[in-house]
Amino acid sequence: MDAILIGLAAFLVLGSVAALEMKHLLSAVITVGIVGMGLSILFLLLGAPDIAITQVVVEVIVVTVMIRATTRTADEEPGPPRSLATVVAGVGAVLVLVGVGVAAFAALPRFGAARPMPSDWYLAQASTATGGANVVTAILLDFRGYDTLGEATVILVAIAGALLVARHVRGDGEAGGGRRPPPPAAKPPASGSEAAGA
Amino acid sequence: MTFYALTFALLGVGLYGLLAKRNMLKKVLGLVILEYAVNLLLVAVGYRAGRGAPILQPGEDPAAFVAGSVDPLPQVLVLTSIVIGLGATMLLMAMVLRLHQRYGTLDVDRMDRLKG
Repeated sequence: MDAILIGLAAFLVLGSVAALEMKHLLSAVITVGIVGMGLSILFLLLGAPDIAITQVVVEVIVVTVMIRATTRTADEEPGPPRSLATVVAGVGAVLVLVGVGVAAFAALPRFGAARPMPSDWYLAQASTATGGANVVTAILLDFRGYDTLGEATVILVAIAGALLVARHVRGDGEAGGGRRPPPPAAKPPASGSEAAGA
Repeated sequence: MTFYALTFALLGVGLYGLLAKRNMLKKVLGLVILEYAVNLLLVAVGYRAGRGAPILQPGEDPAAFVAGSVDPLPQVLVLTSIVIGLGATMLLMAMVLRLHQRYGTLDVDRMDRLKG
């Protein structure tokens, strides 16, 4: 069992590296989609079927939106690579973070080791107190209902913000060459009234 | 321990994408990977080897259920975090599309140059 978990986690890491280093944006997005599906399998094996289902749904939405964005913004030739100093600084920061994290978790109980949990109370009380057989949804919707209400508020605000920002994006959809913000080729003021009338 | 190390490696990959990539879509992908890693880490902390999902089967003994299921609390919080991550990603994508429309490029460095 442990070997399967570790193998899947290694697959996620390799897939993420491949996605970030891929030249083609569409392939990168699809690779991240594959990584997300692998993550969903991993959640299932870790005893979290609810999260696995949610992960699949969210993954499908994210990949769909990002593929749409990729096809809309395609055909840009990559600029010169970042300077060596920038890459070294980035990799250094990442290595420090990973090192500190691994060292901190080395002090915690081993992965998967049995230890007392504060949520034993939830497990014991959920079915009698809420009538729900699934303890995760019982906590989500009952014991911590206000938390979920706050989550719904955050989602509402985020979607409202996204709609507000993306309101004008559709504008020049048909213009294939419209790459710069002031694309109108005709500058003469005479065409202004025509455009306003049309 | 290996599993935690791999999760932190995933976190590092996501952070690297966020820091070092020039293309904004790649940066968003880096952030998505970072979210994956954090969610996986939290669920992994709640994992107990050999135990099952915290769903009560019909006729199951309650005491055996408490002793035989993984920690449900991290799962609840991760469920919230995944959905909020979706909202944040959608907002980011809207901003990326708007910036692409404004500057005609996804390259962060080129956007900087167009300012002057």
